[in-house]
Amino acid sequence: MSTDFKINGKAVRAASEPDTPLLWVIRDEIGLTGTKFGCGAKLCGACTVHLDGEPIRSCATPLSRVSDRLVSTIESLSKDNSHPLQKAWIAHDVPQCGYCQSGQLMSAAALLSGNKNPTDAQIDEAMAGNICRCGTYTRVRAAIKTAAAEMRGAKA
Amino acid sequence: MTKITTSRRGFMQTGAAFSGGLMVGFGLPVGGPARAAGTLYTPSAWVHIADDNTITLISARAEMGQGVYTSMPMLIAEELNVDIQKVQVAFAPPGKVYGNALIFGLQLTGGSTSVREGYDKLRLAGAQVREMLVAAAAAQWKVDAATLKADNGMVLAPDGRKATYGQLADAASKLPVPEKPAMKDPSQFRIVGKPTTRLDTPAKVNGTARFGMDVKLPGMVYATIAMPPVQGGKVKSFDGAKAKAAAGVVDVVQIPDGIVVVADTYWHAVKARDLLQITWDDGPNANLSTAAMFAGTQAALATGKPIPHKKEGDADAAVAAAAKVVRAEYRTQNLSHAPMEPMNYTAHFQPQTQGDRIYLVGPTQWPDAVQGAVAKMLDLKVENVAVENTFLGGGFGRRIDFDYILQAAQIAKAVPNKPVKLIWSREDDMQHDFYRPLGVHQLAAALGADGKPTALTWRVASQSVTGRAFGLPPEAPDGLMTEAATPLYAIPAIRQDVVKHDAGVRVGYWRAVSHNMNAFANESFIDECAASAGKDPVAYRLSMLDAQPRMVNVLKQAAAKAGWGTPAAAGRFRGVSMMEGYDTYMAQVAEISIKDGAPVVHKVTVVADLGSMVNPDTVQAQIQSSVIFGLSGVLWSEITLDKGRVQQFNFDSFRVMRNNEAPQIDIVLIKSSEKPGGIGEPATALVGPAVANAVFAATGKRVRKMPLTAAALAQA
Repeated sequence: MSTDFKINGKAVRAASEPDTPLLWVIRDEIGLTGTKFGCGAKLCGACTVHLDGEPIRSCATPLSRVSDRLVSTIESLSKDNSHPLQKAWIAHDVPQCGYCQSGQLMSAAALLSGNKNPTDAQIDEAMAGNICRCGTYTRVRAAIKTAAAEMRGAKA
Repeated sequence: MTKITTSRRGFMQTGAAFSGGLMVGFGLPVGGPARAAGTLYTPSAWVHIADDNTITLISARAEMGQGVYTSMPMLIAEELNVDIQKVQVAFAPPGKVYGNALIFGLQLTGGSTSVREGYDKLRLAGAQVREMLVAAAAAQWKVDAATLKADNGMVLAPDGRKATYGQLADAASKLPVPEKPAMKDPSQFRIVGKPTTRLDTPAKVNGTARFGMDVKLPGMVYATIAMPPVQGGKVKSFDGAKAKAAAGVVDVVQIPDGIVVVADTYWHAVKARDLLQITWDDGPNANLSTAAMFAGTQAALATGKPIPHKKEGDADAAVAAAAKVVRAEYRTQNLSHAPMEPMNYTAHFQPQTQGDRIYLVGPTQWPDAVQGAVAKMLDLKVENVAVENTFLGGGFGRRIDFDYILQAAQIAKAVPNKPVKLIWSREDDMQHDFYRPLGVHQLAAALGADGKPTALTWRVASQSVTGRAFGLPPEAPDGLMTEAATPLYAIPAIRQDVVKHDAGVRVGYWRAVSHNMNAFANESFIDECAASAGKDPVAYRLSMLDAQPRMVNVLKQAAAKAGWGTPAAAGRFRGVSMMEGYDTYMAQVAEISIKDGAPVVHKVTVVADLGSMVNPDTVQAQIQSSVIFGLSGVLWSEITLDKGRVQQFNFDSFRVMRNNEAPQIDIVLIKSSEKPGGIGEPATALVGPAVANAVFAATGKRVRKMPLTAAALAQA
């Protein structure tokens, strides 16, 4: 009983039972702890990862659902903080406690992958599912705009 | 696991000498390269220098978002003359030297004290080590120390000779610590007071920052716990056979707080917990309800024993005799802290013939208390209890309490030689919090002919957190119930007292603690007085602040910045509030509209005079944070009980602010050389009355009960 999928470009075979939430497979079996447990009920977004490029809440996604698919976590943005979103997050000094930030970044990355010039309403829609109790929202919004500008410039 | 070998051992050995306890808790900044390859020297408890010139500075306060991982080292680096962006930071282990003088010497992070307490002491520590390094170089080069300069991690002689701090560290660490080293005038500061990128940000944007949840030890197992659905309840009987037979389960154990499942993975422990068959004894709180708690607290105003807080003149007589009296009663609700990282902790119990040991690692606001409490509970020598702090995924006061750590230690003892990580679910976290107490304030003011109060009577009935947490006797005044209780306004006669009333739930310190409740009552009430006198709320306040120049300044600036006195956009209304708390003077103006019967907050203007600042960008961040954290409790959040059971489980029933709901926040910081004030909390307390006063401006209704929901507005 094992499940094959790709995580951050690398093929993995997970031994956890198929009903195990992807979050715990990523964190405890594969050992990538950047993705966080916040609510276990798709309510806070701390566990956000991408499944075939789309943001999902890994705390409520069974392992079986990702079989033969592509999962990307915060660790895929870059290790050296060179991704435009990471650079913008540092420039705006967004994180406080930092616990929710992997999820914030992955929701933002999903937004910008399809839209390099999001409106405030689009940012609202993309980011409303990610709770931050430290209240970094103002800076999250500003950093998304900074990263989007860099990504537009890089393309032009 | 951070790989540091020789340097770690050196640090631990020298560390034991100054802390008087076992030195653990040394962690290089996660995400940064482990550069300390050489031997580590410790000229003082605050500074560690490797011979490869790696400089490690200590943050003795827990990093829970408020920025002390950066601001504490900034203070040391200022006088040590090192580049703040090149230092390493380590969390302090338990140790008397790291005690907080503003909280009775306890090694406790809270009360917005970190910068206030560290401002002089940490600069002194940096200056001491700098002088020791210079003295070491002077001795080596046989020159007068006064001719040498210490800069950017090097000591320099006029003749061109130079040595790195690392080259001098061995000799320096053998020198006596100078008591009165030369200190910079603030005008010479190069780090303190300058906006500085947080040192923990890089690790927090690539997933490498290590929180308690991320601790992994070789052979580690996972624990879940089933706790009584009613606080104060206990297990009557249980059958753990099914759970024990479930996949991956290592053991099922009973501890005082409930039944624990230990398994090879967290998910196995979660699934097996569902198989536990437990009969609970609900205990004395079986019928507790929020309605009854409020009724009891309300009744206590009249029947309880008031503890005097302040008395000037005969306010009661003045109110009784006055022609015009304003009376009002305000209610604040129970709240959960709900930090993003649910409670968790890892413990490793190791039986040994020469004395059992336990290694504890995870997030806490109070490591020395954890060490002492676990030693006592498990009957271990204090030096055999090692405590290592991680980043905290939020604290807000919740992680001052360490119930979850005691649980982890008990579980570890039950499965000896196996490191065990206890993880609470979000539901566990919300159902088993130490809640912000509810409270009822009763105020009355006599208004003179000019409309200003000539007398104020003031009584609050609420629960003493300090009584619960520290065993403060019931008859003793609890200063954490009367924060910012006395308004700054010139009122000739005033009588204030406090009735402690145990409403039944366990209570805890919640960001800004009683400032929240007192500011809501005081600043709503003064607004009511202004309205009764027919005066503008800002002008009315200003007319009573002659003795408070710093308050006058921030209030005027807040009014100007927010456009007070100019028409707001159609459908928008403003409310104002002000307070001195944590030695910080602050005023806020909230701008709201009403939608579907409830306030929508569009903009909050905050002006603060907090004296000297260490990292102004962190100050801005803490104000933004406090406003948003406060607004959740002002607008929506509430913990309620029915039949002894908390009715909120997760973020669907305990509503908190989301990105799309966050207002614009305009901040003005007053330049000042006054002593530093705290900034982690005060803005939390002021946003409530500012919004409530704006609701009055919008609707003519005084909503005297938090949260300010549509239902509360409809009832007002």
